[in-house]
Amino acid sequence: MQHGCFRPEIETASRDELTALQNKRLVNTVKHCYENVPYYKRAMNEKGVSPADVHSVEDLWKLPFLSKEDLRLAYPDGMLAVPKRDVVRIHSTSGTTGKRVIAYYTQADLDMWDDCCARALAAAGATPDDVVQICYGFGLFTGGAGINGGSHKLGSMTIPMSSGNTDRQIQFLIDMQATVIACTPSYAAYLAEVVTERGLQNKLHLKSGIFGAEAWSGEMRRDIEEKLGLEAFNIYGLTEMSGPGVAFECGAHCGSHIQEDNFIAEIIDPDTGEVLPDGSEGELVFTTINKQASPLIRYRTHDICTLNREKCACGRTHVRMGKILGRSDDMLIVKGVNVFPSQIEAVLISRGCSSNYEIIVTRENNSDVLDINVEMTPEMFSDKLSSLSAMEKDIVATLKSVLGIYAKVHLVAPTTLSRSEGKAVRVVDKRGLYEKTGRN
Amino acid sequence: MALNQLSVFIENKPSQLLKLADTLRRHNVNMRALSLSETTDFGIARLLVDTPEKALEALKDECYVASLTPVIAVELSDEAGGLYNILQLLADAGINLEYSYAFIMKKKGSACSVIRVDDQERAEQVLGSAGVPLVSAEDIA
Repeated sequence: MQHGCFRPEIETASRDELTALQNKRLVNTVKHCYENVPYYKRAMNEKGVSPADVHSVEDLWKLPFLSKEDLRLAYPDGMLAVPKRDVVRIHSTSGTTGKRVIAYYTQADLDMWDDCCARALAAAGATPDDVVQICYGFGLFTGGAGINGGSHKLGSMTIPMSSGNTDRQIQFLIDMQATVIACTPSYAAYLAEVVTERGLQNKLHLKSGIFGAEAWSGEMRRDIEEKLGLEAFNIYGLTEMSGPGVAFECGAHCGSHIQEDNFIAEIIDPDTGEVLPDGSEGELVFTTINKQASPLIRYRTHDICTLNREKCACGRTHVRMGKILGRSDDMLIVKGVNVFPSQIEAVLISRGCSSNYEIIVTRENNSDVLDINVEMTPEMFSDKLSSLSAMEKDIVATLKSVLGIYAKVHLVAPTTLSRSEGKAVRVVDKRGLYEKTGRN
Repeated sequence: MALNQLSVFIENKPSQLLKLADTLRRHNVNMRALSLSETTDFGIARLLVDTPEKALEALKDECYVASLTPVIAVELSDEAGGLYNILQLLADAGINLEYSYAFIMKKKGSACSVIRVDDQERAEQVLGSAGVPLVSAEDIA
């Protein structure tokens, strides 16, 4: 099925036009960063490169990489590139208190983001005649706000449901005759399950689903499509880069178009940092070229994938990223939330727990489950069962506030966790989300 | 006259108590009393044994998390209200009982109640001055 182009002049622009636009915007962005963010000035000086050395996309490799840790260290506003009075909104990644990444937006940044999401929605077939139900969380998380802005821009009737409360979600899907749904794939799969169980499939009016914020298998996609009676579309984004809509899937369903008028994508070797040719498997690196408040230069996503620049059957010329094949770091995406084992470790240590723990992620009924086994130590032990139970509850509550999601905590006997070289193996992901690749 | 009770962390999984019993068996530790309390995931085994210090060392050597907890064991009179009288003394003194379990003392053939309280010292005073017979470490060694 082919669907609409929200900005056909940009989305189907020739490679030459796109490159010219990228060159111009990159030069401006580099200058903007160098002049307004001390971090960038320092990093570029250290690498011996100045804005004068960057004339086009060809010069991108000269610039230093930016890591998530750099952004964390800049908390709260060390990377802000405009005066605060120009900022109209912030969002934030989930993260250990004081170590979150704050994303700032000027009105122009929000307009750009809305535009990105409007294009994604249009590519999934949404029009002003459609009803878009958003079951992504609203708040600091970017999922809800991003799709909401895009849907407004497109002129669709928007239902800002936010996440949770499945009974109410289903009632609105039916009563408001929603035609487009946006949520995480695992929540879509859960909804599909419930709708099927209750025999409500023929009461739905859905035609498209826009799913993102976590990896999902082809099997899961077919299951959702069949049970909810819709066509599924992937959407990709990062809070650091604005949110959902950095890339989106079109009706051709062969990769997600990266919005190249706003973002430049590179694939690098995660070990050496060397830029790899199109088609190579490697780490995705982004440079934002149309952002004012929180511009990013060569931001390492740690997502492993490939890029494909061949013209797409949908007519769009923007480069396509393939399915995410894995991560080049230890980040887990659980229920759409980014979780680093180090965050969990910090909570455990702060609660007097041992550093021998194990993080287990499974998927039950299409929903992620996070279990954390913590080995008991003499220091943690108490003869009072109530004290031990209180300790478990306290860890659960602290994890919830730090990670933003619920984790089951189990106190286990010493030396029962599997070990490699004496240390407990930290993470066991049993979901099998990523297809096997040559990388670990 | 506190007794040293062995408190051991064990997981709530099949054969965990078996392993604990095996460790004690191999170190020739004899159990006098045993109580188990559990949550979904784990539990605490509380034991009176003939040689608590030796048992604790043996368990630590085998990577158990265990500790010695002072408890009181009182001999109960074998009649209706035997336990009631003891509890009344503690209640009157405002002492909170955290847990309790019972066993039969072989040497004397009498029933004993192990009690863990929030104020060990006062409980001993209260019970001692009321003439309640307390079980000593020698009694169960």
